[in-house]
Amino acid sequence: MRYTLTLVLILVFNSAAAEGWEDQAVFGSPDAENTLSIISSTDTALFSPMLEAFIAEQPNVTVEYFVTGTSDLDRRVRKTPEAFDVAISSAMDLQLKLANDGHALPLPNILHPSWAQWRQSVFAFTSEPAVIAINRSAFAGMEIPESRQELIEAMRARPEVFRNRVGTYDVRQSGVGYLFATQDARASETFWRLMEVMGSLNARLYCCSGDMIDDLTDGTIAVAYNVLGSYAQARADSGKAYTTILPSDFPTTMMRTALVSKASTNPKRAEEFLQFIVTYQSNGHHTQKALPPLAERQNGTERANIALEPALMTFLDTLKRNKFLKEWQDALIQN
Amino acid sequence: MTVKVAFSGSLRNRLVVTLIGGAALLALLLFFAVRSYAVQIAQSGQDSILEASVTSILDAAAIRNGVIELDLPYSALSMLNTVADDRVFYAILENGEFLSGYQDLVGQTDLMPSGFLFETRQIRDSSARVVSANRLLIGADRRIKVQVILAQTQDALSETLSEISRNAALFGFCFFTLVAGLSFWATKNTIGQLDKLTHSVTRRGPHDLRPFTKPVPREMAPLVTSLNSLMMRLEQSFAQSEDFIAEAAHRVRTPLATVRSYAEATLQRVDKEENRDAMRAMVKAIDESSRAAGQLLDHAMITFRAGHLEQHPLDLVELAQDLVLRLTPIADMKDLKLELDSPQSVPFSGDSVLLQNALRNLIDNAMKYGPTESSVEISISHKEAVQIKVCDFGPGFPAHEIDTLTKRFQRGENAKGTIGSGLGLTIARDVIEAHGGEIQLSNRSGGGACVTLSL
Ligand SMILES: Nc1ncnc2c1ncn2[C@@H]1O[C@H](COP(=O)(O)OP(=O)(O)OP(=O)(O)O)[C@@H](O)[C@H]1O
Ligand SMILES: [Mg+2]
Repeated sequence: MRYTLTLVLILVFNSAAAEGWEDQAVFGSPDAENTLSIISSTDTALFSPMLEAFIAEQPNVTVEYFVTGTSDLDRRVRKTPEAFDVAISSAMDLQLKLANDGHALPLPNILHPSWAQWRQSVFAFTSEPAVIAINRSAFAGMEIPESRQELIEAMRARPEVFRNRVGTYDVRQSGVGYLFATQDARASETFWRLMEVMGSLNARLYCCSGDMIDDLTDGTIAVAYNVLGSYAQARADSGKAYTTILPSDFPTTMMRTALVSKASTNPKRAEEFLQFIVTYQSNGHHTQKALPPLAERQNGTERANIALEPALMTFLDTLKRNKFLKEWQDALIQN
Repeated sequence: MTVKVAFSGSLRNRLVVTLIGGAALLALLLFFAVRSYAVQIAQSGQDSILEASVTSILDAAAIRNGVIELDLPYSALSMLNTVADDRVFYAILENGEFLSGYQDLVGQTDLMPSGFLFETRQIRDSSARVVSANRLLIGADRRIKVQVILAQTQDALSETLSEISRNAALFGFCFFTLVAGLSFWATKNTIGQLDKLTHSVTRRGPHDLRPFTKPVPREMAPLVTSLNSLMMRLEQSFAQSEDFIAEAAHRVRTPLATVRSYAEATLQRVDKEENRDAMRAMVKAIDESSRAAGQLLDHAMITFRAGHLEQHPLDLVELAQDLVLRLTPIADMKDLKLELDSPQSVPFSGDSVLLQNALRNLIDNAMKYGPTESSVEISISHKEAVQIKVCDFGPGFPAHEIDTLTKRFQRGENAKGTIGSGLGLTIARDVIEAHGGEIQLSNRSGGGACVTLSL
């Protein structure tokens, strides 16, 4: 390796927990002159290849990488905007609202297609579909469902197999889970029927894709609905216990976005970092373990990304959110 | 002879400045008019979208189980998408109480407007268009007034406006250049008419006092009319002067001739020698006066005619022959012969009255100062230039005075005892010079004076 100087320090778990972080890491020499503080909802493992490449290009920068959930990320950036230079999240709606509320720094020098950025402030750099992940053993000898409708039928047909063994995001906690759910609900009524079926099977609710995949791998659950494709893909080879399905009826594809905090203490570096990730993502450094690239449409299909527009704020409206959560709870939590 | 004309400003500059200034003013006016109109249109475009959005939000409000429910439509914010990614803020209120959205929108807006209330104000550091509207919901036991305040920043609008401003400025500039070019052309054209008139005045001959009859633009008619009347008066005054000189000569000579004939007659009858001497002196004085008056008037006439010389084709030989014929009786009295030596004809262009007068004075001198019983030689030649020569066989010009004899009233010392006024050579010189030639006095080596006129 050329980057002998690159030092990856994964700090001990309890020190991270002290601040309430899911994970925390430092990339690059700790005594470098510039520090870049990144708050992200992306697991360190998925992001580290990109960060290491960045450090290799800019050896005098230290990157502090903090991981937390999308909703918590939004809260923290609003509360202490000066603490972070860059915010990276999969919850497009929350990121867009941060920019709308004036928390993002416009970066007019970054050239990015208009559909993949908003106000030159929020920059998308991945296209990641929500997928259905299925434990192979639960469907042994059965046909693997291709769409939501087929999943509903499969679950109705064998409730005994799926009782207590279906999982999805707890949309009350997870920002990206809420984004997926609301976009699904916009697209089709099938979503509500699926939720009702899952509710009747006493579905398990998760904060994050990672936990869902863990439970899927060890067989605790047989079906995970709306898992992040990138996470599932990254771990699909570990045992081949599960398979992922892109629902054929309608897709829900999220774009991971990055923004520079308006209160950033190092805006120049932060801008360089954003420029780096958008170019890096378009240059095809993609292995199975890394984040997928940005694509306007997935090859061939009508797989449009969720549009980066002010309408994303609709479901963040308190009244609308309360109503949605109530309906969601009515459907999913039935006992 | 030209008199320097005093200027006060330039007509051309004044015209150009006025026209171009006017064009600039118009272009500016055009720019602002187009811009303000465009602002109105662009603003009303944004307003109508905001209105539609607010309407769709209000339509989504309903009372369910006594509680207000507002299912914010996705399209309401979606339709506010702009190329400049304008920011959007909204607030939903129930009977004036904040329900959801952006709380900082509330309070600055009139809480209960009727219909749609539009205003532009600063929201979170950017200029935004704010619309506010409400709707009354009637439930089973209560009435709820739902109010929606919706704001959108104006980045896209200002982008559009700056583009329109650029175009309007370009438009105004083009208009200006066009009008400026036109005004230059118009000015040149107008001034050109004056130049034309000036040219036709300058091109005229010295005696061409005919009125101008070529059509001119109406505005110039008064100028041409005054010019014509000025020329008419000039012509009249010329004619009067000429008439006056002729009349004066006649009026002076006639009574003098009468007095002289009386004096001569009296001389016959007077016997006393001293009385006869007095009468003779009287006759001589009358002769002197008569000669002086004649020469003076001739000189005046020549000065007048030389000022605006009329040139007609004539034959110098014919002119000289005519003169010799008229002077022969006088020459005969002195036993003098007038000998003319010339080719068949010498054509020339000039004033025959003046030329004849000049030549007569020269022959007159030759007869007066030359000896009797000799001859006066008049020769006309034209080789390269035309030359007229008058020579006699007298004593010649007094050598020391030869350079001054052409001056006015200048007589030589040999002229004592002869009647004369000293204007003869002056008249000859003035006539020759008016025709562009020169006079030369010389004495022949064999005796005798020669006057050469080179034309
Ligand atoms: N042919 C000549 N021979 C000698 N002297 C001459 C001759 N012609 C002119 N002069 C001299 O030149 C003088 C000027 O001549 P000019 O003709 O001007 O005047 P004038 O003969 O004296 O008077 P008038 O006006 O009556 O002719 C004369 O007075 C005379 O002295
Ligand atoms: Mg004379």
